[in-house]
Amino acid sequence: METAQSLNLLPVGKEARVINITSSGSMRRRLQDIGIIEGTKIKCLYKSPAGDPVAYFIKGAVIALRNQDSKNIFVLNYN
Amino acid sequence: MGLTSKSTGLKAIDKGLYKINSNDKTVIALAGNPNVGKSTVFNALTGLRQHTGNWAGKTVTSALGAFTYNKKEYLLVDLPGTYSLMAHSHEEEVARDFICFGGSKAVIVVCDATCLERNLNLVLQTLEITKNVILCLNLMDEAAKKHIYIDTDSLSAQLGIPVIATSARSREGLDKLLEAVEKTAENNASDSFKIRYIKPIEKVLDDIKGVLNNFNLPPIDKRWLALRLLDCDDSFKRSLNDYLKEDIFKNPDIIKALNDAYEYLNKNGIDKNNLKDKIVASIVLTAEGICTDCVRFEQCSFDKYDRKLDKILTGRLTGIPIMLILLAGVFFLTITVSNYPSQWLSDFFLWFEAKLSSFLLYLHTPETIYNILIFGVYRVVSWVVAVMLPPMAIFFPLFTLLEDFGYLPRVAFNLDHHFKKANACGKQALTMCMGFGCNAAGVVGCRIIDSPRERLIATLTNCFVPCNGRFPALIAVISMFLVCGITSAFQSALSALILTAVILFGILLTFLVSKLLSKTIIKGVPSSFTLELPPYRRPQILKVLVRSLLDRTVFVLGRAVISAIPAGVIIWIMANVNVGDISLLNYIAGILDPFGHLIGLDGVIILAFILGFPANEIVIPIIMMAYMSTGTITEYESLAQLKTLFVDNGWTIVTAINMLIFTLMHFPCSTTCLTIRKETKSLKWTLLSIIIPTALGILICLLLTQGLHLFGIY
Repeated sequence: METAQSLNLLPVGKEARVINITSSGSMRRRLQDIGIIEGTKIKCLYKSPAGDPVAYFIKGAVIALRNQDSKNIFVLNYN
Repeated sequence: MGLTSKSTGLKAIDKGLYKINSNDKTVIALAGNPNVGKSTVFNALTGLRQHTGNWAGKTVTSALGAFTYNKKEYLLVDLPGTYSLMAHSHEEEVARDFICFGGSKAVIVVCDATCLERNLNLVLQTLEITKNVILCLNLMDEAAKKHIYIDTDSLSAQLGIPVIATSARSREGLDKLLEAVEKTAENNASDSFKIRYIKPIEKVLDDIKGVLNNFNLPPIDKRWLALRLLDCDDSFKRSLNDYLKEDIFKNPDIIKALNDAYEYLNKNGIDKNNLKDKIVASIVLTAEGICTDCVRFEQCSFDKYDRKLDKILTGRLTGIPIMLILLAGVFFLTITVSNYPSQWLSDFFLWFEAKLSSFLLYLHTPETIYNILIFGVYRVVSWVVAVMLPPMAIFFPLFTLLEDFGYLPRVAFNLDHHFKKANACGKQALTMCMGFGCNAAGVVGCRIIDSPRERLIATLTNCFVPCNGRFPALIAVISMFLVCGITSAFQSALSALILTAVILFGILLTFLVSKLLSKTIIKGVPSSFTLELPPYRRPQILKVLVRSLLDRTVFVLGRAVISAIPAGVIIWIMANVNVGDISLLNYIAGILDPFGHLIGLDGVIILAFILGFPANEIVIPIIMMAYMSTGTITEYESLAQLKTLFVDNGWTIVTAINMLIFTLMHFPCSTTCLTIRKETKSLKWTLLSIIIPTALGILICLLLTQGLHLFGIY
């Protein structure tokens, strides 16, 4: 059984499944809007030149998230 | 660069959208996620040229357009692009309110076929409000290219609404869409799909619905209304109370029903905090379930090409350099290519001036009128057209190509880190790009930034990006003073580099001022940030050319000419009415002169900036006219001649540099100021947006000039 890790630690090219979201307020709602809830599959695609934000593949779309936000999303490695 | 008279003009609609006058036309709403080709569908149906762009949140104001189908008249309302109708932002509020209270007979929800699952969220939420929904499955051509297949019949059967596959760019499927609109608007849809929530929520929804039946409510779904009441959605409460003109939340029956519901939910382990999560989860999971049934991906690597391109355009080593090269390249092409038409135009205007002059003399026009018309109006307008039109006609299409291609969101992605350091939002990069076209449009565009604090920063700093009214002035000054004496082959390349440096200086100041504002008067930390990076799309070159010429170039030029005509008259009068023994113009310029010289400019230049408040395009022509009224040159033929005129009036290379700085940093034009006032609804922020750049411009010019003085260089 793998342990949960923050999404911002997910290496480029890896895919994971969301198990918990600890963000609150407007960020939590934003994440829900783009389809991030418990169980959503997220793949880390590539980083921006400065390493932050990072682009993720979420439900068919490419979405950039800042590390300060993705660290509140906990995921389990998927493959 | 949502730059049309619609987006910045009086017709721009936002608040009070649902009070439109339909004149007995059937009202149809057009909803959809950002960047799904909603505006393309709108244009294809109405023929109205609303500008479409390839980034999230483009439609910052809603547009109206009419069309006729089967002899029936329809009014199509383009709602802002939103991911949901839960009203987390101003746009979502506008979209939701219109669907609820706008009186539309049907709602078309445009979906991106390449990313249906997320798009279904909005469809499902819309279906909760009204049954009359048509799903327009757009971008089918792109989906086919990516080997994504969607079973539209099964999707239609599951949702209980018409599903129409379209490729709006090539007008495919639009007939069927119109047919479906007609049918849905005429015969109310039968029962369509409803999301099922978990049992305790369903139970309380039924209870509240029962109470709501005793009220006289707008024709929206009671179940959905119950859900919103339960959800404590403040913005919806406001809108509903506005509509009903009474506060139904003070009604004892409603209060009791809600309290009972919360109590029941609590017993079942649901509190106010996780209620929203449960609701959203049901929607997302429902969308997922439907997609599993209807969507088939034939290839896993359908976006290989996009990802490869992203690796280069946003790469650690390549991202920023490519961005700078593209910026400089666009300037280089603009400067090089626009030289020729500029020369042709000024030759033409000279030729025409002779004709016009003899015609006026033939009519025995009084001398004063003749002088005002020729030396006032005609010369200023012909300068504005000859010098402004070519760079605009080249810059706008080039920029629009990048925009259409989908490059601009990548710029925001590349630069977000730096904006974050300045406690601002990466999407500010997008509003700055819009500012290149027109600062007023850039200020309106700031609505795509969710956090009010970051939006305010973007608004106040937008004019550090030179708009198209200021570009030609920058280019002219650079060509005249900074790149002379170099062979012409390198001249435009060097001009482009210097112009890029000026722009980068503006961008640097944007960061510094943003940071300063966040540390002082608009304190705060960076807020949440999600940015969608849409797929790259092959730009439609011909359409881009036509659209940017018609929509943007003509619009900006038209505004410039309109303000140039009265300015020409005023300047001529000022130059020819005497106070004592000198002209009014020289008199005022004389008063401003000591201050002008202090910051390395002169009184005429300062006066030109003040008189150029309505449109920055006319600053250089005003300087020209003011100098001409005292100087010897009476005709403008080339930049070389203009340079002689300026040098005769005391210009040096330092004056030129100060001129560049002050062009970059002074009060925004009147249109921009009015737009800021409208957007911020505050006189204080409007004044600040005038004071900050002006003070900074004066300070930098002052330091530069006095510094050079001190070292005896100047």
